[in-house]
Amino acid sequence: MSVRILYFAALREAVGRSEESLSLPVGVATVGELQSFLAMRGEAWEALRAGRNVRAARNQRMVKGSEPVVSGDEIAFFPPVTGG
Amino acid sequence: MSVSVQQADFDVGAEIAALSRGYPEIGAVASFVGLVRNANDGAGISAMSLEHYPGMTEKALEEIVEEARSRWSLNTVRVIHRFGRLEPGDNIVFVGVGSAHRGEAFAACEFIMDYLKTRAPFWKREETPDGARWVDARECDDGAAARWDEIEIRR
Repeated sequence: MSVRILYFAALREAVGRSEESLSLPVGVATVGELQSFLAMRGEAWEALRAGRNVRAARNQRMVKGSEPVVSGDEIAFFPPVTGG
Repeated sequence: MSVSVQQADFDVGAEIAALSRGYPEIGAVASFVGLVRNANDGAGISAMSLEHYPGMTEKALEEIVEEARSRWSLNTVRVIHRFGRLEPGDNIVFVGVGSAHRGEAFAACEFIMDYLKTRAPFWKREETPDGARWVDARECDDGAAARWDEIEIRR
């Protein structure tokens, strides 16, 4: 089992993909830890570093970094929303 | 069907009329229409593209409507948000509320817009003479949404 990860808007462009499937890495138990793991993939992924303005959703609900992640989840990362 | 996320335009007059049809107890309908402006942050805007998160968008809007219904006594609520490429003057968003009295209709309409601005997963990309750019979120939008945590319900 793995997690499905989605990227939107400027973040999607920065990392060069809109979605991927990933086996949960050892030591990754929260949305924030998943974000930190992804941020270490290389230069294009620095947009996900802690301190950057990134929002996250787990199973289509906005959550904080402390939210747990389990296999089968749909996790999304995106910039602050600008609709309306 | 109180929430729609769609590419197509909507008919503001028809939406407003539908809010009170069949509800003789409604004494007030308040509505808001958001439009594409021809300028933003000092640049001319020739068009904008709205991206969203299909699935989550509908859920987020439905939750906002539920939250509004829990705060005020509302008979009808309608939210429509468009996505895709839009040009200046085009409709972006419609929020309409029908209630017995104007205080609740006005308040709920503004509340839904304020929450939508910070919670519904939409992102705007503007086309300017210098190229396309993603719109940055405004801090005042967070403030506008947060003030509802403190505001007393006025009738």
